[in-house]
Amino acid sequence: MAKTLRVLIAKPGLDGHDRGAKVIARALRDAGMEVIYTGLRQTPEMIAESALQEDVDAVGLSILSGAHMALVPRVIELLRAQGQSHVAVLIGGIVPDEDIPVLKQGGVAAIFGPGANTGDIVLAVREAVAASARAG
Amino acid sequence: MSLADDVRNGDRLALARLLTWLEEEDPRGEDTLQILFPHSGNAHRVGITGPPGCGKSTLVNQLVRWCRIHRPERVAVVAVDPSSPFTGGAILGDRIRMHDLAGDPGVFIRSMASRGALGGLSRRTEAVVEALDAAGYRRIFIETVGAGQAEVDIARLADTTVVVEAPGMGDEVQAIKAGILEIADVLVVNKADLPNAQLTERALRASLELASPGNDAWPTPVAAASAETGEGIADLMEWIEAHQRYLDDSGEGLARRSARAATRLEAELSYLLTSQFRSGLDDGRFEAALESVRTRRQTPAQAAKELVQGRG
Repeated sequence: MAKTLRVLIAKPGLDGHDRGAKVIARALRDAGMEVIYTGLRQTPEMIAESALQEDVDAVGLSILSGAHMALVPRVIELLRAQGQSHVAVLIGGIVPDEDIPVLKQGGVAAIFGPGANTGDIVLAVREAVAASARAG
Repeated sequence: MSLADDVRNGDRLALARLLTWLEEEDPRGEDTLQILFPHSGNAHRVGITGPPGCGKSTLVNQLVRWCRIHRPERVAVVAVDPSSPFTGGAILGDRIRMHDLAGDPGVFIRSMASRGALGGLSRRTEAVVEALDAAGYRRIFIETVGAGQAEVDIARLADTTVVVEAPGMGDEVQAIKAGILEIADVLVVNKADLPNAQLTERALRASLELASPGNDAWPTPVAAASAETGEGIADLMEWIEAHQRYLDDSGEGLARRSARAATRLEAELSYLLTSQFRSGLDDGRFEAALESVRTRRQTPAQAAKELVQGRG
């Protein structure tokens, strides 16, 4: 039997609502994944530590505040430093087009904006985890 | 260096990986636990159970915080949430209420999905607790899924079982039903800042007097706390530690651990025998037995008996 995928869904930074994150959490659950939901106002350090303790396969970050260029690279850096470079990182939220290549270059597997289809997101999580596993 | 050495040396990533192996029933998990097992058995295991929404996670957050301020030991939390019976997926949300503990290197929190088990825990919760115990966490809080009246597995796993109730969750008749109240070593009325909390407290006390099996050595205390404000947490923790001392001093702790070992061994034995038996059956025999039960030609007990006797 295939391993049950474990995904951490977190909201870094200070923006105040998590409806989108909850919709994604629910969609991943309905796709048979175990979703560790950590709630609002998480620092990159808290997110990385939760990812470590929970030994997740992927981290989904929901960011609406515009602070993604500061927060996302920091999360990836911390994951790598603690030996979790295999963890796939995906972003949902409002990310300007010009930032997308920079974030992907920095190790983000996929980025989803408003109106993204939850089926596509489920697929992207599966693909990103499989790609990380192939990369070893 | 083996993974077992890394776990013993405090490598948290190694520990996290071991817990995954155990949960996934990867054979490497059981092999590693076998090496670590002689180092386990030192932790005080505190079960936290109660109905959904009574504040278990918030209470655990406060109790762990208290332990980290007033006691030197490292603390672990295992929090179980239900898996969907349809998709197998789960939302594990207990960390939301435990954000005060983030950033404390002396605390390790692991969320688990129940994965089809019905007793309030998952089949692998005990193995995960053993691993945390061997890794040197001296107090382990085990939070069950929101439990009603029958999810009493926690009493077999924990040294001290804390049953959490909240005001307005039921009348006195609810309180004297068998099940979850009977397994309480400590009862706590959470949300004590809400109206009617004292009423609930009184009802629980009264029902304990009616229904208690007459353990004079440890009459179940009823505490009141508000996990929201932190009020009553020190008192509750005092009861938990008093129960720990009672277990040590009275020999009850030893008796419980022996009973637990017997239960675990029997459970593992039946699991192993069942799965070996199933894989040794000729093709189609199990399905044929299933069909005869489905069409009501045989009771499940009769069909099982004939399978074992080889006449399926």
